[in-house]
Amino acid sequence: MIYILQNFGREFLYTDGYHITGLAMTLWLLLISCSIGFCIALPLAILRNARNPLIWGPVWLYTFVIRGTPLYVQLLIVYTGIYGLHFVRDSAPLAAFFKQGINCTLLAFALNTGAYTTEIFAGAIRDTSFGEVEAARSLGMSQFTLYRRIIIPSALRRALPVYSNEVILMLHATTLAFTATVPDLLKVANDAYAATYNPFASFATVALIYLCISFTLIFAFRKAEGHFLAFLKP
Amino acid sequence: MFNLAGYGPQIFKGTVTTVELSLLSLLVSFVIGLLGASAKLSKSRFLRGLATVYTTIIRGVPDLVLMLLIFYSLQIWLNDATDYLDSLQNSIDFEISLDPFTSGIITLGFIYGAYFTETFRGAFMAVPRGQLEAARAFGMKPFLVFRRILFPQMMRYALPGLANNWQVILKATALVSLIGLSDIIKAAQYAGEGTFRTFYFMSIAGLVYLFLTTVSNGVLLLLERKYAVGVRKAVL
Repeated sequence: MIYILQNFGREFLYTDGYHITGLAMTLWLLLISCSIGFCIALPLAILRNARNPLIWGPVWLYTFVIRGTPLYVQLLIVYTGIYGLHFVRDSAPLAAFFKQGINCTLLAFALNTGAYTTEIFAGAIRDTSFGEVEAARSLGMSQFTLYRRIIIPSALRRALPVYSNEVILMLHATTLAFTATVPDLLKVANDAYAATYNPFASFATVALIYLCISFTLIFAFRKAEGHFLAFLKP
Repeated sequence: MFNLAGYGPQIFKGTVTTVELSLLSLLVSFVIGLLGASAKLSKSRFLRGLATVYTTIIRGVPDLVLMLLIFYSLQIWLNDATDYLDSLQNSIDFEISLDPFTSGIITLGFIYGAYFTETFRGAFMAVPRGQLEAARAFGMKPFLVFRRILFPQMMRYALPGLANNWQVILKATALVSLIGLSDIIKAAQYAGEGTFRTFYFMSIAGLVYLFLTTVSNGVLLLLERKYAVGVRKAVL
């Protein structure tokens, strides 16, 4: 284990000299996919609660398909599947985009976490108490102001505990990135294993790093819950 | 309807492997979950600590990392153990080799056992104490109390969590193709490479998973109705 840390310590943390690798790459994947997922999820969550089935139907279909299939399949479709399609190869910008493993990975991850986050936020919006909405309406708020001032802030606060779970699960899901040649933590661990033939030390090292990231995230979300959900405290 | 270019049987076999793997892993993790929940609720401090360490570590580390860790290390440990036994006996060369299927079941069961432990712990605590005391007052032995009173009532509270865990296990079996199991994903990959239509065959694999998750959702709804017998619901 000491040998691995001495030889692969820098790769595990941030770089192999040419690319960003290891911890930095994993955190980057997590940050970007969760941010894009959040931006997708917020409008879709509002549409998911629309009364018109033509509006909530497509959103339901999106979350149903994504949540019903494994992320690995989605990643393989985006990474190996789409590039094999003729029209993608024939158009230069699309081909350039789908050639890069990291683009495909980020796209698949963002779509995946976007679907789960949509359902989380939609549930929180659905659970908004009718009194709050009626009070806002009685003050003459327009639909837009109602969402901006009342529903969204309250729904996001109430969704925080479940959302923190989703972020942790997304951290765990980023391990799949190495199958698309993205040099994340697990890829470095694989390299260390290939160099030392010591699977336990290589994978246990990376498991400990993941454990530390998980605990840090849990701690940060606890703090955030204490701040944003302070009004729920006994 | 679908043109499978002769890869139909392979894909079907892969699907069967996936279903078998998930059902067996479900069984293993179910048992581990029951044991873990009992340990977490037991009076012994050692057992409680052990179960807490187990669930914390497993739930904090990605399943793929654990899978690679266990898959590659388990074989080495088994080899070391059997070598040691050989050196003791000095007679026959005896070895155990793990195929991806078995190690997939062991790892998935071990990992999701931690999630089941948490689900069952909550469900056990939701059963009113008076029920257990009444059963004991009737002279039931501990196992009978568990079988007749605790388990059926606990299942009612555990089922939503179980349904969730089952979906996660079903989707996690996709990872086992990474340690070399020829499941539906491997079949779809081979078919895609053979015909240069990866997108098409991967989408079929996705549809199979979608079908499996949807069907099992229906079954779980029926189960939930079965275990909810005798519960009065508020009419709104």
